[in-house]
Amino acid sequence: MNLTNHIATHVRGIPRSGIRDFFEIVQSMQDVISLGIGEPDFHTPWRIREAAIYSLERGHTGYTSNLGLPKLRERIAQYVHKNFHVGYDPATEIIVTVGVSEAIDLALRALLNPGDEVLFHEPCYVSYNPSVVLAHGVPVAVPTHAADNFRMTAEELAKKITPRSKVLMMNFPCNPTGATQTREELEKIARICIEHNLVVLTDEIYSELTYDGATHTSIASLPGMRERTVFLHGFSKAFAMTGFRIGYACAPAPLTEAMMRVHQYAILCANTMAQDAAIEALESGDNDVAMMRKEYEARRNFIVRSLNDLGLPCFTPLGAFYVFPDIRSTGLTSREFSMGLLEKKKVACVPGTAFGASGEGHVRCSYATSLEKIKIAMIRIAEFVAEVRK
Amino acid sequence: MDKILPLLQHNARASVADLAKSANLSEADVAARITKLEEDGVILGYQAIVDPQKVARERVTAVIEVKLTPEREGGFDKMAERIARFPEVQGCYLMSGGYDLLVIVEGRTLNEVAGFVSEKLATIKGVVGTGTHFRLKAYKENGVELKREAGPQRLAISP
Repeated sequence: MNLTNHIATHVRGIPRSGIRDFFEIVQSMQDVISLGIGEPDFHTPWRIREAAIYSLERGHTGYTSNLGLPKLRERIAQYVHKNFHVGYDPATEIIVTVGVSEAIDLALRALLNPGDEVLFHEPCYVSYNPSVVLAHGVPVAVPTHAADNFRMTAEELAKKITPRSKVLMMNFPCNPTGATQTREELEKIARICIEHNLVVLTDEIYSELTYDGATHTSIASLPGMRERTVFLHGFSKAFAMTGFRIGYACAPAPLTEAMMRVHQYAILCANTMAQDAAIEALESGDNDVAMMRKEYEARRNFIVRSLNDLGLPCFTPLGAFYVFPDIRSTGLTSREFSMGLLEKKKVACVPGTAFGASGEGHVRCSYATSLEKIKIAMIRIAEFVAEVRK
Repeated sequence: MDKILPLLQHNARASVADLAKSANLSEADVAARITKLEEDGVILGYQAIVDPQKVARERVTAVIEVKLTPEREGGFDKMAERIARFPEVQGCYLMSGGYDLLVIVEGRTLNEVAGFVSEKLATIKGVVGTGTHFRLKAYKENGVELKREAGPQRLAISP
């Protein structure tokens, strides 16, 4: 039986991830230093892990409410109000999901009719384009540029608006560029969203990881935006809880209800002990987050200066744990650079094109790895660049 | 607090060049800051954290609770400083609660430590009582767990 013809057309059309083949090569090699990892290198803080163990000991092994544990939703409401200055009703406006990835999927499936257009900045997280396609929407990339430190500008956004535009998705601090938004730019973007009646999905998973004392502003907190925004956040990055798979969406009640309808049949509820651990994270994880942020900041300083010294220019990102250096001076494409560096020097980074066509000329280097390893990687990259430029 | 300090507390062996990159300062600035921290007595020294169970040299460590009668002039400080001056004493702290000083004493043998307590410590004027507890096994030293956990298991490349 030839199953290819049975696979849904829109699924067949999704390209293979640009990360996948690198992953397979790295797996087959020894002594690779990977700057290609998009998750913290810290263990989940012990008190949070201990809370998960305690959850099992107490026998918390059943389902929870579809929306998530009421206590967790209350804590989320307090946390979002305190840190992002937006109030949500824990009973009707918050849903706990299997990571932010599920929350994005829920929001898109809840909002899109076939053919509706979804705008998002590019480079962006790898799932944005396929998630839109899987929800039968039409992805519309808004390019961002090195000259703007990869900030999405209202000007570029306005160029891509059509009568079918329905949703704007954004992720700042940004994976893969480390870009952050200014309040001024967000205000301009908000005006466009209001004018064209767009719903905004704002993925702020890296918001705790901002540096140099920068203030993070959520677009949901701007006037007129709460009513049209789905605020997405989770525990993976700030609390180093990737494997727990806990995220959440906060949105006006009718939208949360619509997302819940998809979630209740697809997932039922997020993992119960992970929800208990998430409560502990919100109640007592602040010091751990501050410790990790400090460590990331020192590594960021190190990697930014090293890359610039090598003649691979990159701006100093104010958020997330990625740098996105410009490698065009080597004369190589992103893919050639990444492949060459891996094969010749055993350092893995991700070609910028894995995050959309506008990532060409750049590679993503994650500094969620120890300073010792980053140091060795920088020496190897210097050797590689010198050999290529010869 | 100087921003070099937490970096050095985390890794005292970091080179000036690496510290400069991590703190986003010039190397000259970093070197000057370290010198100043040392001169001001903010940094008191640099030591290796050693797993006592992994070195052949046998050491015995005891924590000793000491009860004192404070002196008319000098209170606890003079007596505590006098006790702290003994090279056998690794740590000395004034405590609240049931006793006054917590003294950490290290020696080669049980007898050596016991001898120090009975002959030196207990005989000091003003010491009215001691309680000695010998350490059996270490699980954490200076904030470092001795049973080291492997790094988190991560995929080699992830989005």
